[in-house]
Amino acid sequence: MLRRQDTRPSAYPHSKPMSATLSPTPKHSPAPVSEVPDSPAPSGLEIVAPVRDETSAPGWFLARAEAAWDEFQKLPTPSIKDESWRYSNAKKIELSLHRPAATATEAQKQAALVASEGLKERTARFVFVNDELVESQTDALPAGVVCVNFAEALKSHGDVLKEHFMKREMTLGSAKFAALHLAHVKAGIVIVVPKNVAIEKPIEVFHWVVGDHAAIFPHTLIVSGDNAEVSVVDHYRSLEGEGGLSIAIADLVSGTGSRITYAACQELADDAQALHLSSIVAGRDSSVKSFQVQLGAEFSRSETVSDLVGQGARSDMLSVSMPIGNQVVDQRTLQNHKAPHATSDLLYKNALYGSSRSIFSGLITVDEGAHYTDAYQTCRNLVNSEDAEATSLPGLEINADQVKCSHGATSGPISDEELFYLKARGISDIDSRKLIVEGFLADVLTRFGNSEVLDTLVARIDEKLERAV
Amino acid sequence: MVTAPDNDISDIKVDSVGDFTFPERNKYDSGFGITEKTVDFIADVKNDPDWIREFRHKALKIFQSKPMPTHWATKDLENIKFDEFRYYLSDGQKPKRSWDDVPEDVKRTFDRLGIPEQERKFLAGVEAQYDSEAAYSNIKAAVEEQGVIFVNSTEGLHKHPEIFKKWFGKVIPTGDNKFSALNSAVFSGGSFIYVPPGVKVKHPLQAYFRINSEQFGQFERTLIIADEGAELMYMEGCTAPKFETATLHSAVVELVAMKGAKIQYVTVQNWSSNVFNLVTKRGIAHEDAEVRWIDCNIGSRLTMKYPGVIMKGKRARGEVISIALANSGQHQDTGAKMVHAADDTTSNVISKSISIGEGRSTYRGLVHIPKHLKGCKNNTECDALLINTNSRTDTYPAISVRGNQHSTQHEASVSQVSADQIFYLMQRGLSEAEAMSLSVNGFINDLVKEFPMEYSVELKRLIDLEMEGSVG
Repeated sequence: MLRRQDTRPSAYPHSKPMSATLSPTPKHSPAPVSEVPDSPAPSGLEIVAPVRDETSAPGWFLARAEAAWDEFQKLPTPSIKDESWRYSNAKKIELSLHRPAATATEAQKQAALVASEGLKERTARFVFVNDELVESQTDALPAGVVCVNFAEALKSHGDVLKEHFMKREMTLGSAKFAALHLAHVKAGIVIVVPKNVAIEKPIEVFHWVVGDHAAIFPHTLIVSGDNAEVSVVDHYRSLEGEGGLSIAIADLVSGTGSRITYAACQELADDAQALHLSSIVAGRDSSVKSFQVQLGAEFSRSETVSDLVGQGARSDMLSVSMPIGNQVVDQRTLQNHKAPHATSDLLYKNALYGSSRSIFSGLITVDEGAHYTDAYQTCRNLVNSEDAEATSLPGLEINADQVKCSHGATSGPISDEELFYLKARGISDIDSRKLIVEGFLADVLTRFGNSEVLDTLVARIDEKLERAV
Repeated sequence: MVTAPDNDISDIKVDSVGDFTFPERNKYDSGFGITEKTVDFIADVKNDPDWIREFRHKALKIFQSKPMPTHWATKDLENIKFDEFRYYLSDGQKPKRSWDDVPEDVKRTFDRLGIPEQERKFLAGVEAQYDSEAAYSNIKAAVEEQGVIFVNSTEGLHKHPEIFKKWFGKVIPTGDNKFSALNSAVFSGGSFIYVPPGVKVKHPLQAYFRINSEQFGQFERTLIIADEGAELMYMEGCTAPKFETATLHSAVVELVAMKGAKIQYVTVQNWSSNVFNLVTKRGIAHEDAEVRWIDCNIGSRLTMKYPGVIMKGKRARGEVISIALANSGQHQDTGAKMVHAADDTTSNVISKSISIGEGRSTYRGLVHIPKHLKGCKNNTECDALLINTNSRTDTYPAISVRGNQHSTQHEASVSQVSADQIFYLMQRGLSEAEAMSLSVNGFINDLVKEFPMEYSVELKRLIDLEMEGSVG
């Protein structure tokens, strides 16, 4: 690898690369044929190396980030023939079009703060605008809990990051994007809940993206000690400007007997692109609930890997989405049973409108020796228009004994009987349909169980439903 | 071919005359590996018309340019060394065998199945059987009166080019996959069947004996056309393990069901466990037509077979019923492809697999309901049963639905025979093995019923045999 180093521009310090192979013509360039575009030199995330202050992070981190940048450039963009991108297209994440988000203006920060409406009750709140922390309220946190923003954690909790930060390989197709995330990451939160500490109310984090074609790389790292309890809600939203891209990663590591509840609510602008990668490591007798809410973005992809490494671990993987217009929702999941007596239960529901598309690809793998596994996987698609398309790829790979596994996938319209029942009670066609869709999605929300989060989400879904119908 | 002397003598089933040692037949050995010369050799020997020769050459280029589908399929495919196969063998090359050469376990199986001595020898490829050939010819004579054409594909191509050419390669294009391209380049043998309008064939047409007399027809090509309102059931394979020296079997089967026609295609595959069985099977169902694949895979090292139905006409129906049994050293990668291409089409896939020992069974499916169709329905069920601790099963379906006027449902489950169940049966005096066997047969019972009587009986016995030693 070192031999190739001299042919590639060094990422640190920042320099403009000159190599032609590293400067593909941006997709949206007005003159793709011309050798010399009239716009400034080709740019975009594909070639703009991350800028990082040498003093901002420990050496090991800088080295990892630099290696990740190299890896990002080395890895090819996944092709549509790639099994993990089947029915989807990695080019929908337009790297060449986006640049790392610039610092927001004071006015924009204020606007973001005002618009950061979420949970009514919470333990702590963080607001980031373009990967910069603009507000943090952490007063109500119990003693001993580490809950700091990522930049600070790099200095104060390097050991935690060193142990848990992006330790798992991204096996569901986005290794290239994960490398890009690692190269750029500077915002997000790091939470460490000590043994036997329970945080009752959720910790809420807002990530705003502002400005034309701005890209953010938020990270969430949650480590729960033995018998600890914590719940975290991440919001990804757009304030203003064209496009926008969020490549977010969440690392969830649960200790023995602990509980982690995590929700990622993506409500970016309609022309934005979103990628959310979650890596869950569920320890012995622990329970991890992860919830993907995909409401915004023209293309949103989530990859969730749940490694059940401890005996008796439980992982609930939930998702709702309601794509409208031309939105594409792409969901990839892996329930990876490595230890016996563990349970995983997945429920993904998509209500499709307009000419939107959803792709669900899930896999349950039961390793040798992971006997007495219970693993379930359900994907339901409610198709509400003629042009919407739902694709399901539910998969199972079983290598163990005494296993209970099942998966189910359904796609269909609202049933005439249900509609008739409601209409017979004097409810209009539109309202009946809305009720049915609400009920369809509410089922997942109830499974998530957290009432504060629930109320907020129901409201957001209702808002979108109004637009959809 | 005593009963049909007009058959193309160069075709590979000359072994049925019962003499394997014609030294001059050596000239029909295409040699190892596959090149343009191999293809020309086969075309020369078979006296192919020019369009077939061209077709073969084109297919060869496609075969060579296509990569192995290992990005989704098993890496075991890489163990296929195309240069180590002979793509066309005449009987002179057939190793001379006697009953004594037949492996002990095959003989034992014959004993257990209760197959008569004479037939055993035939099934083992030891001896050709006049009687069997005659039996086959009798069926042939009966259906010929109704105007049914039932010949081998070479004969079909020469004698009925007007029907053959119209449909040949139309259901499965040469470039469909690497192995359909290979088959298109070197195919020989297989059946050609045409059922005239309105004719309902009472006897199931069988390739039971034909395949046996064509043991080296590893690249058989079958084309079946049921004209408007016609009905036909076709069965291939045999229920006894074959003594099979070859290691690659790559067939292409094309079915065409015209308006209102019904085709049922039954396969019981029981190759020996050194065979790569990579088969492409697909049917087109026109308006109101029905294509059913009833498929049972017990043998082979690796089977990759996904029978498909393209429902091209309104109200067409496609069905795949599949049983797979994978023992140690085996991988049954089977499934179904349902392509809905007209309104109100329905498809049904029921797949049951059993993995024993270190066997691996895989279900891989595709259901495609494209835009602007109405009233399409699909139901897919796949159930897997794991017998031993190291047994393995996978399920990879893909279901793509567009529009709000369709409904699809897919369900899969994986389970074991429960200890309670075994205990219950043993308490009533069954041995553990018997209890297990009963449970397994119960698991697939509703599917076995779909097979014709004689097949379902032997199927149960075969499963019993395979199950042996897997318990306790």
